[in-house]
Amino acid sequence: MVGSHSSGNGAAVSDTGHQEHPLKEYFVVWGWLFILSACSYAIDFIGVQGYLRWTLILFFMTVKAGLIVAVFMHLKWERLSLSYAILLPPIAVLVFVAIMMIESDYTVLTRINFFSGV
Amino acid sequence: MTDTSSNMASKPASRPVGLPGLIDDWSSDQRAFKGVGWRKSMMWIFLLSDTFIFSIFLLSYMTARMSTKVGWPNASEVFSLHIGNTNFPLLLIAIMTFVLISSSGTMVLAVNYGYRKDRKLTALMLIVTAVLGATFVGMQVFEWSKLISEGVRPWGNPMGAPQFGGIFFMITGFHGTHVSIGVIFLLVMAHKVWRGDYDIQSRGFFTSRKGEYECVEVMGLYWHFVDLVWVFIFAFFYLW
Repeated sequence: MVGSHSSGNGAAVSDTGHQEHPLKEYFVVWGWLFILSACSYAIDFIGVQGYLRWTLILFFMTVKAGLIVAVFMHLKWERLSLSYAILLPPIAVLVFVAIMMIESDYTVLTRINFFSGV
Repeated sequence: MTDTSSNMASKPASRPVGLPGLIDDWSSDQRAFKGVGWRKSMMWIFLLSDTFIFSIFLLSYMTARMSTKVGWPNASEVFSLHIGNTNFPLLLIAIMTFVLISSSGTMVLAVNYGYRKDRKLTALMLIVTAVLGATFVGMQVFEWSKLISEGVRPWGNPMGAPQFGGIFFMITGFHGTHVSIGVIFLLVMAHKVWRGDYDIQSRGFFTSRKGEYECVEVMGLYWHFVDLVWVFIFAFFYLW
């Protein structure tokens, strides 16, 4: 097996940009994705509710997404110029989420007010 | 003629890494993505735009769900399966999740065997990935027909807020389309790998550029993205 990368500090892999890494890391991540998915499913199966449920859903989702992007999509071995170009723009989505939460809060209040018939 | 679009980025022996490397790359007055071929950078940029598309779908779902005063259908019950006398919540969705994760794993193996120039194993892994992807789409078809037979429509449903149907068909339909397109491309790629196109660097019919095993990695990026989107759909639509 050829591990052509130096270490996980964003160093370039090789002159040709080939992403060839030991299979073991992939299998470990694969296993973790199964475990984390099972955990996500367990949240619903056990029936956890409320803030604990939402926190756990977001936690497992974030870890799974992080593992896929970092290892399966090789982003942890790419140079930072690419990683930042891909990872920073979606922050705009979070701003949009905040805006729409305020907006839908207002909408539902307006609807409740309107349908109450006053 | 100097081939400025060459797949091999011209790269001096050592480039600064970390943040100094980031500044160095972006201020180099050349290509910003050093050591990254055109295929891979274009795929990443496409995936970024696709991220925004799916984000906006999920955002509209959030807005619809937060702004309706009618109760949202309980996904845990809507998507449950009866087996024998037991009721399993979200069982089919969980199986679909595992199938898609497995396909991501086989895709990673395909990329790896590709760079090792193991033609047959690469093609085999691509086909396994395609079969798992097709299985996923098949289960989605089952799920759609089950919901349609229960009266879920884009404009209403018997379980609660009428927006549920529209959002469900829109989001899962768009994701399923991505999976289906991925399956087609996986099969095309498996055929090319099997034929040895990337060993003799024969030119592609569309780009007429020399084929390389990097194509498999770029295909992998798309496929993992489809898996990634499902992680978010699973969390927000099915579990929330």
